[in-house]
Amino acid sequence: MSALVLNVNGSERQVDVPPDESLLSVLRNSLQLTGTKYGCGEGQCGACTVLIDGRPVRSCRTPVSQAAGKKITTIEGLEQNGKLHPVQAAFLEQEALQCGYCTSGMILSTVALLNAIPNPTDDDIVRQMNGNVCRCGTYARILAAVKQAAQQSRRS
Amino acid sequence: MSERDDLLLETEQHEVSGILHWFTLDRRDFLKVFGGGLLVCAAAPSTLAQESGRARGGQQLPKDLDSWLHIAPDGRITVLTGKVEMGQNIRTSLAQQVAEELRAPFDQITMLMGDTDLVPWDVGTFGSQTTPRMAPILRNVAATARELLLDTAAQHWNADRSKLIARDGRVIDPSSNKSASYGELTQGQKLTSVIAANPPETPPANWQIAGTAKPKVNGRDFVTGKHQYPSDVIRPGVMYGKILRPPAFGAEIISAETKDAEAIPGVKVMSDGNFIGVAAPDPSSAERAVKAIKADWKVPPGPSNANLFEYLKQNVEQGREAPARSNVEQALAAAAIKLERTYTVQYIAHTPLEPRAAVAEWQGDKLTVWTGTQRPFGVRDELVEAFRISPDKVRVIMPDTGSGYGGKHTGDAAIEAARLAKAAGKPVKLVWTREEEFTWAYFRPAGVIEVRSGVNRDGTIVAWDFHNYNSGPAGIEPQYNIANKVAQYHPVKSPLRQGSYRALAATANNFARESHIDELANAIGMDSLAFRLKNLTDERVRAVLQAAADKFAWKSQKSSAQRGFGMACGTEKGGFYAACVEVEIVPTVRIRRVVIAFECGAVVNPNGVRNQTEGAIVQGIGGALFESIEFANGKVLNPHMHDYRVPRFRDMPEIEVVILDRKDLPSVGAGEAPICALAPAVANAIFAATGARIRHLPLAPRGVVPAEDNA
Repeated sequence: MSALVLNVNGSERQVDVPPDESLLSVLRNSLQLTGTKYGCGEGQCGACTVLIDGRPVRSCRTPVSQAAGKKITTIEGLEQNGKLHPVQAAFLEQEALQCGYCTSGMILSTVALLNAIPNPTDDDIVRQMNGNVCRCGTYARILAAVKQAAQQSRRS
Repeated sequence: MSERDDLLLETEQHEVSGILHWFTLDRRDFLKVFGGGLLVCAAAPSTLAQESGRARGGQQLPKDLDSWLHIAPDGRITVLTGKVEMGQNIRTSLAQQVAEELRAPFDQITMLMGDTDLVPWDVGTFGSQTTPRMAPILRNVAATARELLLDTAAQHWNADRSKLIARDGRVIDPSSNKSASYGELTQGQKLTSVIAANPPETPPANWQIAGTAKPKVNGRDFVTGKHQYPSDVIRPGVMYGKILRPPAFGAEIISAETKDAEAIPGVKVMSDGNFIGVAAPDPSSAERAVKAIKADWKVPPGPSNANLFEYLKQNVEQGREAPARSNVEQALAAAAIKLERTYTVQYIAHTPLEPRAAVAEWQGDKLTVWTGTQRPFGVRDELVEAFRISPDKVRVIMPDTGSGYGGKHTGDAAIEAARLAKAAGKPVKLVWTREEEFTWAYFRPAGVIEVRSGVNRDGTIVAWDFHNYNSGPAGIEPQYNIANKVAQYHPVKSPLRQGSYRALAATANNFARESHIDELANAIGMDSLAFRLKNLTDERVRAVLQAAADKFAWKSQKSSAQRGFGMACGTEKGGFYAACVEVEIVPTVRIRRVVIAFECGAVVNPNGVRNQTEGAIVQGIGGALFESIEFANGKVLNPHMHDYRVPRFRDMPEIEVVILDRKDLPSVGAGEAPICALAPAVANAIFAATGARIRHLPLAPRGVVPAEDNA
């Protein structure tokens, strides 16, 4: 066990965990931030996606020690003062979910995608999001939500 | 085989074993839970009694009054149902129907679902039964409440009952301008009413709230990460469970050394025959503890994919029956053209993104389990049996779970967590790993389907002899008019644990039937659409087939070596579907475009039906093209997402959904039927392009048309 300080959604949080424990496990079990999901533990499904310094990472494959001292953003950190992030709003408006279990990871992957490519083509979206699995098959709606969020970001 | 038989069979397939203990439930006093207000109850209605069927092992239904709807003094309306939400969006569609009949604002309604201590008993959420069976009960309940509120207002105001109007959660008397909310009308009194036999119901043509595209009721909780799935439940003092899994199915423990595991601080090891599990204060200790156990296992030999279909044919539990076959044989002998073909499907995994998970907590002798399951009461019964306790000592709560697709009927994780919690004396959370999910959950059955058929020169199918080994009876009856036909299902002792899957065996039976129909059309040189229409009189199948073909512009599509067009149609779970698809052979098989026409009676939520239909098509791509469980000697060889491929963004075709809304027909479920259309339509399109007739699912496990199928 070792004490680590994590910067999660703008707050400093101290945890006492083995340094090789996955960031996903620490977020969910030590910090009760359960919006980040376990889907495969292999970095294959994207359900555990969080942002570290704005870049998307698979928290299931990230040892917590690697995240210390960096800015971690989880799904819980996107809503500001009761106002949904434009990507969250777009997913809701397009109803781009069924069971919703992939949604946190999809939304964070989208936030990262739009940071890198503000005006993505369909091909860009498919390429960047291909590592996120939706077993309910709402891909077409997610694509529409990504495009809607991109448009809104350009306008604002 | 009727739909009802399918349902019962499905239920039976997934009962791990029978119920050993049963106790009549005590009458529960819901008013204690809810306080004052109006409560609508029912002695088990006949629909439920029917639904229970053999699932209750012949036991009587509870003798108490089940409570279905409560209106609180503040106007909040709570509806109770044993159905559960896992992404199919019934939390929304059921609330719409209650709001409709109750004449109440949609957002005043809360659905309380899948909590066995609070909701009426229910067989489970599967078989597309929520819309055709649960919704009518809830509409009836809501109409009963509405009529009672009108009666109450008429009494209070001494008004003419026939002039009163129920609207927007209020009763209004236009003559006196008096108006009161439903909550006010109950005046906090404890009112109870038993469901009326036939309260007046609103015909779909007049629906105002039902029939509209209401957004998912708690959608915001999903995009913010607030929604707590079963695997997110946290209890004070919770420990983390992990199970030592055997190396293969059927493995027996020889010896196990657990000392090193027990030496890890805070770790509790529980060992009972083949079951060895640990509970630890944190997840990493649990993992280390399981790794520290040294166990020897005896692994029996078993079949593998290489000899799977021979194995299934050799292990038939119920062979062919003679009756009526002579007609079929005569018709076959007399037919101008005869075909005899065999189709196969592999085991596939549901791969719900949220794996099986449970949190179990004992308080004295009372067990509470939060778990992801399609059968909360079924899981309760499993726990009752496992721990030899009375049903009123077990509460199963099912928070909306991360999908099921027929894969979450059993209570495996619940039993394991409860076992560990009992041993540890603390609540235990157990979340299966993806590998455990791929290995120890059950699969969609593999199957062999043998078809013989005969057709006349004019395109009339005259004989049909269809035998399904192992995969199941759902969707086995052809929708075509065939004078002489046999369609039989033959159960087999499956080498792997198998069970329900979205649309059950209808995916396999539709694949075989609709592929075979195309082979017949090709054999006599008829167009796929014309041949189907010639043999179809069912107006609902014809309507979807025509709708799909029109939207797709079927008649103007000409296949080439790189581009093929195919179709399939059918009826399943009371719904009617037809799909036309375009595949590209580059040489990787890519599905480029899918037009799916679907009719499920009066549409309750058009957006929900579209979402389900699109999703079924996408999910169907996996089973059609590449999903397959690989196994040998009882061991799953591809228990990871990197070697078990599921559909991703890159696999997504353009999908056009054509919904035929039949307000004149009862609503049926939409979650399953459309998946049946995809695989055969794709197989037919591959044939149209390449001349290769692939008679096995998956069609292109390595991406291309398999060499052995190339014509």
